[in-house]
Amino acid sequence: MTETLVTFSLVAIWSAMAMYALAFIVFTFDLARRSAPAEAPASAALAAAGRGSAASRRAEASASESSRSSGSTAVLDREAGDGATVVPGARRSSKWARLAMALTVLAWLLHTGGTVLRGLAADRVPWANMFEFSLTATAIIVGVFLLVQFWQDLKFLGAYVTGFVALFLGIATVNFYVDVVPLPPALQSAWLVIHVFVASLGTGFFALGAGLSIVQLFQSSERTNRSRLLSTMPDATTLENMAYRLVVIGFVFWTFTLIAGAIWAEAAWGRYWGWDTKEVWTFIIWTIFAGYIHARATRGWRGSRSAWLAIIGFSAVLFNFTIVNLFFKGLHSYSGM
Amino acid sequence: MASSRPSDHIDSPAPEAGINQPRLGFMGYLRFFWRQLTSMRTALFLLLLLAFAAIPGSLVPQRSSDPNGVVQYIRDNPDAAEVLDFLQVFDTYSSVWFSSIYLLLFVSLIGCIIPRTKHHLQSLRTPPPKTPARLARLAGFTSVNSDTADAPDAAITSAQKLLSKQGYRTRLFDETARDGSRELSVSAERGYLRETGNLVFHSALVGVLVTVGIGGGFGYNGNKVIVEGQAFTNVLSGYDTFNPGRFFSDDVLVPYTIAVDKFSAEYEEENLDAYGQPIDYTVDVTTDVPGEGEASGIIKVNEPLRIAGSNAYLLGNGYAPWITVRDGDGNVAFSQPVPFLPQDANLTSVGVIKVPDALPEQLGLQGFFYPTQCSTDVCGSALSSVHPDLRDPTLTLEVYTGDLGLDEGAATNAYALNTDDLTQVSGRNADSPGLLLKLGDTVELPNGLGSVEFTEVKRFVSLDIHHDPTQIWVLIFSILVLAGLLTGLFIPRRRVWVKAVATPTGTRFEYAGLARGEDPGLESAVEDIARKHSQQLGLKLSE
Ligand code: HEM
Repeated sequence: MTETLVTFSLVAIWSAMAMYALAFIVFTFDLARRSAPAEAPASAALAAAGRGSAASRRAEASASESSRSSGSTAVLDREAGDGATVVPGARRSSKWARLAMALTVLAWLLHTGGTVLRGLAADRVPWANMFEFSLTATAIIVGVFLLVQFWQDLKFLGAYVTGFVALFLGIATVNFYVDVVPLPPALQSAWLVIHVFVASLGTGFFALGAGLSIVQLFQSSERTNRSRLLSTMPDATTLENMAYRLVVIGFVFWTFTLIAGAIWAEAAWGRYWGWDTKEVWTFIIWTIFAGYIHARATRGWRGSRSAWLAIIGFSAVLFNFTIVNLFFKGLHSYSGM
Repeated sequence: MASSRPSDHIDSPAPEAGINQPRLGFMGYLRFFWRQLTSMRTALFLLLLLAFAAIPGSLVPQRSSDPNGVVQYIRDNPDAAEVLDFLQVFDTYSSVWFSSIYLLLFVSLIGCIIPRTKHHLQSLRTPPPKTPARLARLAGFTSVNSDTADAPDAAITSAQKLLSKQGYRTRLFDETARDGSRELSVSAERGYLRETGNLVFHSALVGVLVTVGIGGGFGYNGNKVIVEGQAFTNVLSGYDTFNPGRFFSDDVLVPYTIAVDKFSAEYEEENLDAYGQPIDYTVDVTTDVPGEGEASGIIKVNEPLRIAGSNAYLLGNGYAPWITVRDGDGNVAFSQPVPFLPQDANLTSVGVIKVPDALPEQLGLQGFFYPTQCSTDVCGSALSSVHPDLRDPTLTLEVYTGDLGLDEGAATNAYALNTDDLTQVSGRNADSPGLLLKLGDTVELPNGLGSVEFTEVKRFVSLDIHHDPTQIWVLIFSILVLAGLLTGLFIPRRRVWVKAVATPTGTRFEYAGLARGEDPGLESAVEDIARKHSQQLGLKLSE
């Protein structure tokens, strides 16, 4: 039974990987088309249409202003945009982007399915060793990416997310794979469920924040001569604000992870904090992102400098997960490798 | 509002350029220095420096968490180790340089919190500020025209009620604009909790630091190896190792006892990928706390025993072969279980037996214990253990005679035998080979020195006992950190205004808001208020 489930799980994961790779190609294709000249008139027309509707609204407003004596009706005259949901510089997504999104959703369903099957095979949560944690964390990164689309159109990050996840899944499956084994006594705790899951959630938000910050850096370095590709994306300030909102959510999860980890360490190792390598790196990451939040509030540090901090922070997360897990000695030796 | 934040906070007014600094006196310098220390830039710099300074401690073993690793490291890299040790890299997190960074950071933090707290308490008592003359430039500006000129007072009062109900603090203004028209308005502010949260967050950080610092001082921790059937009494002499905090005194030790009745280990039997991997460790204990009487309990890896204000953790376990030594005269010179320290996952263990009472000479034995010895057809002549459970318990010992050095009263390590002054009588360097015993075997020693019997096998556990009276406070402050963070980040602080402006043909209602800090939802909040209010007035918003 276990073996069948493990096999199914692996098949699902490999299919998800292929699907992500496909989505990555289509996303890249979409990006390439954005920079192609042929696309320009279309997007310009779209932008014009957008402007047009705003203009007509205003016209309507002023029309009613002149007719205001005609009764007790009144007209709302909105001067600002439509609220937070419209991203300056964004445009309607092309059919390529939509196809890529569909592929991503499909890949994510396979990915999540494979991860759940792995959990069923092991009869516990699927994040007890490095391979399983890779499955879960990447599934959460994509999950957050998909979820955030309801809030804001971030399809331009699709290539970054699917590329990253396909690559990471590949590395995990080839290099980190371990068979299903029972939990050692130190991991038999409800905190395994909470602590690790919330850490992955934080990682998902940090990943997207870093992606936005990377685009932000491109945007601000090209201020003088914006390429066509970049002109289809939100401007640097908008990207920075979006990145901030995502990173801040990630930071709350990370803070929780830190506290939950300390509570767990107290029960399992007899002390809540002991500067174990993994604890050190969790602390370093927390401090970098606290620095990022401060940078956003410090004159002279908004913009590219804080964007760099978000990227450095996420790099530290990756470093913590890969290099520290594999090569550093410590109590957290649960990679299964 | 600006003065609540450091002067280089993004919301503070930009410094005016080109002003000549007056010459500073001593106090002036002091104030200048303090301003620098409590600036956002310094806080940011120190935070990043702290992150950076924490790195070396993860690259090099630390005395606090991995003392054996440090010894090994020094042995392997003696030259580098000398420099690293001088720089306190083996004690990174208590080093002078690491400590000074975080202490400076916390001085800066306190210097930042105090004025902000004062200012915040003041602003809690200050009513919302005057309505700006022109709302049109502000966030979410919306206007709606009504063709009735009467009852702007009632309309503004209803706006005030609406805003109050949404948690705004409100204040009414009745003014005359430059052009002589009457402007009635309500000024509203909400989200004071945002600043409260931020202050709680930062203060709780100080709380965490202080309690962590104090906790180490008043607490203690110690370790004791206990064999099944034996008991531990919580007095200083009951411990194998003991680390008191700086302010520790003996009388915090409650003299309870923990008797280890039984230790059970369960190993994976079915899954061949994990064959022999531990699945469960359970210690059955009987405790006796003075004044409370006996009770039974269990200790597991993730379930410490909470006893009389301290906690007992199961951190290790292993085998304690019971060894009986009879000396040359046939008297029982030694008979007890001896904990052997595990060396690998299959519990190949090493141990030492010291028999000072043996006659004619003192005896010292050291050797290996294999819970499941690998049969020689499979593993060859080198002995090893292939399973942590007791399938084929085997003991190998080398025997020494001479002065064990126990009589001088100097402290010696029970797990090591100093063989410098001893003579090996049985083993690799002696005429007769080392001893090999299966459970129940008795082997004669050479030269009529006596005999050794492998009587029985017991398990032992290694318990850590911790007492940290401030631990609960660390937890409470951590929860405050999290709560403060959530309110400080996600509760929007904003001002909203509703203004009624008399026009020649009636009244124009204007709505606008101002964010104070991150506030992505401001515009839709203003819109929402505009919609609700105009509905109340019976004005239709066409769109
Ligand atoms: C132990 C070091 C510190 C840490 C870990 C830290 C962390 C944070 C975090 C996570 C936030 C955002 C959460 C919130 O607004 O509630 C924040 C905000 C803030 N911190 Fe700190 N902080 C530290 C020290 C300081 C110091 C020394 C200052 C004073 C210079 C300071 C001033 C501020 C201010 C003014 C904000 C509000 C930022 C804004 O307006 O968005 N912090 N800090």
